[in-house]
Amino acid sequence: MNRRSEDRRSYPMSSIAPAEIVSSKAILSGPIESGDLPHWFREQQRAAWEKFESIPRPTRKDQAWRFSNVDLLDLVPFKFTPELSDDDRRNVLQYSHGLDEFSGRMIFAGDQLVERNIVSEELKKRGVIFQPLERAMVEHTDLFRKYFMSTEASLGSAKFAALHQALVSSGTFLFVPRGVEIEAPIEIFHWLRGENVSVFPHLLLVADELAKVTVVEHFRSCDQRAPGFACGVNDLIAGPGAKVTYVCAQNWGNNVVALQMNTTAVDHGASAMSLNLNLGSRYSRFESLSRLVGEGARSDLLAVAVAMNEQEFDARTLQDHISPQTASDLLYKNALDDRARCTFGGLIRVEPHAHFTDAYQKVRNLLLSDDSEANSMPGLEILADNVRCTHGATSGQINEDEMFYLHSRGIPTKVAQGLIVTGFLNEVIQRLDQPSIADYLRGLIDRKFGRSR
Amino acid sequence: MKTENKAVDIDRNRGDFAYPEVHIRDAGRGLSEKTIHYISDVKEDPDWVREFRLRGLKTFLEKPLPTHWASKDLEAIDFDKIRYYLAPGSGAKRSWEEVPEDIKRTFERLGIPEQERKFLAGVEAQFDSEAVYSNIKKAVGEQGVIFVGSTEGLKNHPEIFRKWFGKVIPIGDNKFSALNSAVFSGGSFIYIPPGVKVKHPLQAYFRINAESFGQFERTLIIADEGSEVTYMEGCTAPKFETVALHSAVVELVALKGAKLQYITVQNWSSNVFNLVTKRGLAHENAEIKWIDCNIGSRLTMKYPGVVLKGRKARGEVLSIALAGNGQHQDTGAKMIHAADETTSNIISKSISIGTGRATYRGLVHVPKHLKHCKNNTECDALLINSTSRTDTYPAITVRGTGNSVQHEASVSQVSAEQIFYMQQRGLSEAQAMSLSVNGFVNDLVRQFPMEYSVELKRLIELEMEGSVG
Repeated sequence: MNRRSEDRRSYPMSSIAPAEIVSSKAILSGPIESGDLPHWFREQQRAAWEKFESIPRPTRKDQAWRFSNVDLLDLVPFKFTPELSDDDRRNVLQYSHGLDEFSGRMIFAGDQLVERNIVSEELKKRGVIFQPLERAMVEHTDLFRKYFMSTEASLGSAKFAALHQALVSSGTFLFVPRGVEIEAPIEIFHWLRGENVSVFPHLLLVADELAKVTVVEHFRSCDQRAPGFACGVNDLIAGPGAKVTYVCAQNWGNNVVALQMNTTAVDHGASAMSLNLNLGSRYSRFESLSRLVGEGARSDLLAVAVAMNEQEFDARTLQDHISPQTASDLLYKNALDDRARCTFGGLIRVEPHAHFTDAYQKVRNLLLSDDSEANSMPGLEILADNVRCTHGATSGQINEDEMFYLHSRGIPTKVAQGLIVTGFLNEVIQRLDQPSIADYLRGLIDRKFGRSR
Repeated sequence: MKTENKAVDIDRNRGDFAYPEVHIRDAGRGLSEKTIHYISDVKEDPDWVREFRLRGLKTFLEKPLPTHWASKDLEAIDFDKIRYYLAPGSGAKRSWEEVPEDIKRTFERLGIPEQERKFLAGVEAQFDSEAVYSNIKKAVGEQGVIFVGSTEGLKNHPEIFRKWFGKVIPIGDNKFSALNSAVFSGGSFIYIPPGVKVKHPLQAYFRINAESFGQFERTLIIADEGSEVTYMEGCTAPKFETVALHSAVVELVALKGAKLQYITVQNWSSNVFNLVTKRGLAHENAEIKWIDCNIGSRLTMKYPGVVLKGRKARGEVLSIALAGNGQHQDTGAKMIHAADETTSNIISKSISIGTGRATYRGLVHVPKHLKHCKNNTECDALLINSTSRTDTYPAITVRGTGNSVQHEASVSQVSAEQIFYMQQRGLSEAQAMSLSVNGFVNDLVRQFPMEYSVELKRLIELEMEGSVG
């Protein structure tokens, strides 16, 4: 866990208090009636709650949940986070260290805004909007309503997307106007604080024409052993020619059940790159829907998982090629130890008329123990003819020759194993082409393997 | 017609003819316990078979159509309109002279007696529900090889038949295996004694003649220790407006060190739903190989599998699917590794033409504590027209550190440069296209027995005509 007791940098405290006061009632008792959110938004939440209740719980027989341990999705124990004390806030702040350099950041604990480090005056002047959700929906209602949860969750978690919409109370809204390039990344922290509490992290990122931005989200727990529930949504919209990079460092505590639903829409000439690093939680499901809506759009989907003990990571993806001349490239790598399980269900879909599609999908599992299990379901649905689509899935173990070589150099087994695994995962992280973020992610992986750098 | 060897007829039009029905036994339309009792009475089933059938019916009625993952087109089958049992009345004959005239003419037109003389070790010909002809070469019979219809098998060889029947594919495996268990009739029962290597292939030919008919053959092949056999099946039906159903269950058992090869060339007419369950059980050091060519039918759902039960068992599926206008070839393979050092190989090639759709579904399962298991899967798809469609849905489970699995799939279209090059050398566009497609399947077709590869190549040439432009 990332608990460095090093320099406590001080950031200017935001003057904005949490928009609502939540009680610690059970999440299954429904949305909290808060007077602070606009009427239309609360209407939407009520409708979403009805939808949540009307959709049956997933079973393993559902194709979208094949191989998933659906029994873990029992939401009865989970509550809303009670209002944080000043001590809580100080504590959270103290440990919210991520990248060395950032353009702006928000820190949430239990969906309550702890700190907002706004973007520079200059970016503000150029029209960058970086606001908590509840403020954006009031101040930029039209823009917000146009994009907020506008794409149906189609990869199996419609029920949980509805739950998220019904119960979301805060989050981040980021709008980057036409032609604005934000150099250093924007950072967002979400903390689980307390026993059996839940969070509903939300990120809505809209990059207008030719804009450029990188966002890094950190998911963490204050107490590594506390059970908890996270149900997040992030929607990324890359306008024409925009360049959006999204990195998620998932490091929830070991008893957390987490769901994360992503949609990415890439317009013509735009490119989106996402990288999900999965280290924490007991069970974590990540759904990623990448829609290539404009000609010449490109989407890179990257993920790295290190699964140990009884951890289960469950990734479902769709690379949906809607327009011609689009490209997508998926690379997921999992290292599995102990009794861990990883499931990958991915589909490349080429819609009719999406000719000259170039799509690639590759999943690689490295099994480090006899009890680990990897399930791969790479899929293709091709409805256009002038395409190049390939996928590959491999599962194997550490090459004995490589181990022998390292042994012969005097490197003990455990260290040698670690080196090989790091090298295996590094291929994905390097694709980011952002050395400072890559270094940070590698540090997290090393810590999980118990090595400090 | 050409004079080259034709193992199985796969010319589309050649099977499109029908003779008037001459059935004496007819279970009528629709399916109920009455149908089961009718079939059991006519076939003089022992009690355990009657009970097996009734359990099959119950399971069939309980299970929903698998439309949550499979094609919605399955809903077009009206199970109340299908005729489940039709037979000319008398058992299978040992010589063609005894076969009723119309039926004999059917098989003569399909070239079966001629092929038998030429290169087959044994032939069984099934007409609607029952085998009308069944014979093996004397020399093969003398080695103790049994090659009879399933009805005869369960009556005359119960000690072998009952031991394996329904063991590789249980009644409840899926809705259609349950349906087959309820109304099965026909198909082959084959037993190869230890050490016997049958040099020439055994062949079964399945013919649907009647309209709205459902054919439910049941094949059980047991290759005893160290034996070898190749079995080929072919099938055709005349083209009717109404839906016909073919739902077979094929169980293979390869005991220690045996080699079993099962070849299918499926060329049903475009009104046939072909929903088939095929699985083999490979014991220690045994090898089971499925060669599966799907060319005909409206919707085919077929995923031949091998359960690798013994150490060093090998399983292989080689599959070619050609989906033309209005067709959906939903095929694939299953490999269940259940012992150390087992290996499996799946190679699938599909071609979608016009509005055709080819789907690959695969399952590879390597449980934990197994060592040195290997699987290789390759599926390649070729799309010819802009309305063509192809899908790939593999599912791979691997546990433990001793095993390795790799899967690869690609989708492409015929390269415009290749076509241009060939046209520039004086070939027509259609010829160039045909050559290119043949090149695509060539490395797979080469592994097929000679008679098949020649026929397949010719068929692809035929299919490609008029598909350009």
